Amino acid sequence: MGNGFSTLLYKEVLRFWKVGSQTVAAPVLTSLLYLLIFSHVLEGHVKVHGIAYTAFLIPGLVMMSVLQNAFANSSSSLIQSKVTGNIVFVLLPPISYLEFFLAYVLASVVRGFVVGAGVLLATFWFSPLTFAEPLWILVFALMGGAILGSLGVIAGIWADKFDQLAAFQNFLIMPLTFLSGVFYSINSLPPFWQQVSHWNPVFYMIDGFRHGFFGVSDASPWLSLAVVGVCLAVLTIFTLNLLKRGYKLRA
Amino acid sequence: MSAAIRIQQVSKCFGDVRALDGVDLEVQQGEFFGLLGPNGAGKTTLISALAGLVRADAGSLSVMGHDVQSDYRAARRHLGVVPQELVFDPFFTVRESLKIQSGYFGIGGNDAWIDEILENLGLTSKANANMRMLSGGMKRRVLVAQALVHRPPVIVLDEPTAGVDVELRQTLWAFIRRLNEAGHTIVLTTHYLEEAESLCGRIAMLQSGRVVALDTTARLLRRFSTHTLRLRSHGEMPVDLVRGAAQSGGWWSFPFDAFDEVEPLLARIRAAGCRIDDLEIGKPDLEEVFIRVMQGQTEAPVN
Repeated sequence: MGNGFSTLLYKEVLRFWKVGSQTVAAPVLTSLLYLLIFSHVLEGHVKVHGIAYTAFLIPGLVMMSVLQNAFANSSSSLIQSKVTGNIVFVLLPPISYLEFFLAYVLASVVRGFVVGAGVLLATFWFSPLTFAEPLWILVFALMGGAILGSLGVIAGIWADKFDQLAAFQNFLIMPLTFLSGVFYSINSLPPFWQQVSHWNPVFYMIDGFRHGFFGVSDASPWLSLAVVGVCLAVLTIFTLNLLKRGYKLRA
Repeated sequence: MSAAIRIQQVSKCFGDVRALDGVDLEVQQGEFFGLLGPNGAGKTTLISALAGLVRADAGSLSVMGHDVQSDYRAARRHLGVVPQELVFDPFFTVRESLKIQSGYFGIGGNDAWIDEILENLGLTSKANANMRMLSGGMKRRVLVAQALVHRPPVIVLDEPTAGVDVELRQTLWAFIRRLNEAGHTIVLTTHYLEEAESLCGRIAMLQSGRVVALDTTARLLRRFSTHTLRLRSHGEMPVDLVRGAAQSGGWWSFPFDAFDEVEPLLARIRAAGCRIDDLEIGKPDLEEVFIRVMQGQTEAPVN
């Protein structure tokens, strides 16, 4: 624990690790259930990009877990600290807003990676997976986790009560992640919904991530990288600005 | 030598409420300073502004010469704050909480000092207990410990003894006094005025966001309060004595400034044929000072 940043990162990781059954095991089980149900129904009926459905589904579920858990980590930690008041322990020490941001976002990425790795391990023997271009896997997991971690910081700071945070999660994060091509290729959608999907940044995160496994995807991974990169940059600037102004944290 | 705390023309509004209204205050290094005032007077807002939890609309604040905005890292390193609310992180044990708090200040390997704080606050046996398992009083002790992990030269305690039992109060004040004797500057807010009176060398009183009194405790007591001769008697009290006295619950109170006024007073009562059943002498007390200041009276009543 060398400085404020590394301690805050350590504390945030320790926090979710201490309640691992809820923050790691539960989401892994949820993803496993999705896989069992959807692969039971669709395996043998559907192929996507020439890939068996179960194999296609697994990277989508892994990435969805990374994203949802990254969001859950920073948002729930912040709202709990705010509601219980122990956020002062972080606000009193000489921690800069940049350190604050990086610690919460990186802890979210770590949580996303741990859950994502758990899902990957749990689903591994259902279908043989390839790792065609593994660098893409890493890049999109990292950037996607950071984007959702950053959104979690925004939501956690903005929400005054748990139900406001739940609304943010249920009406924004859930639809964006579910309607992003986790369970299907958007090429199978009617043209209108294909267009709509192209406006969903989460689509590019999932699609780019999946590209790393199979080397094929709906969109070019470079386009996905550009979209995801711009999203990350915009959200980072926005969140840093909130923190710098002390929005809802330093009245 | 820079002041431990310097507050200059600080104002802060929350919507229409003027929480702080041009506060000027300076606390010198090594002082034991009391910040008193009724609920809503602005004490906690002032402390929050000092700690960087609240941003002042106008004016400047500094800790040991470091501005709390422009030089916030140094300012916060020099300041330890015990918040008023009983807050804790339910995920961690006492020791983990203290190690993490040390880390936030960039201090690793702080075990020796943490052990010393735990010992002094009677927390050693609870070091590995989860925060959730502690009683309210124990949680309060941990809050004090958390404020001290980085050995701040300036320590601010916002109502540290609210709802706390006698044992902890005594343990706490003994420890805080030792820290003060070792050179730490202490700023204290409390509603227990006898605590402030016995501990604080200097006192500021806040009302509606303004400093309405600021002086050494001794001078405040002298200016706003007097000694009182209290007695219970039967028989008729002389009319001219009754005028300067107050009566409640069968007790007469006669304010006086110098002790040689007591004897003639008693002689007059005896001469009037009054029999004294019980008698005591009350010292000037801060509660009276507080009430008079809050009512806007400037000096003790003339007898």
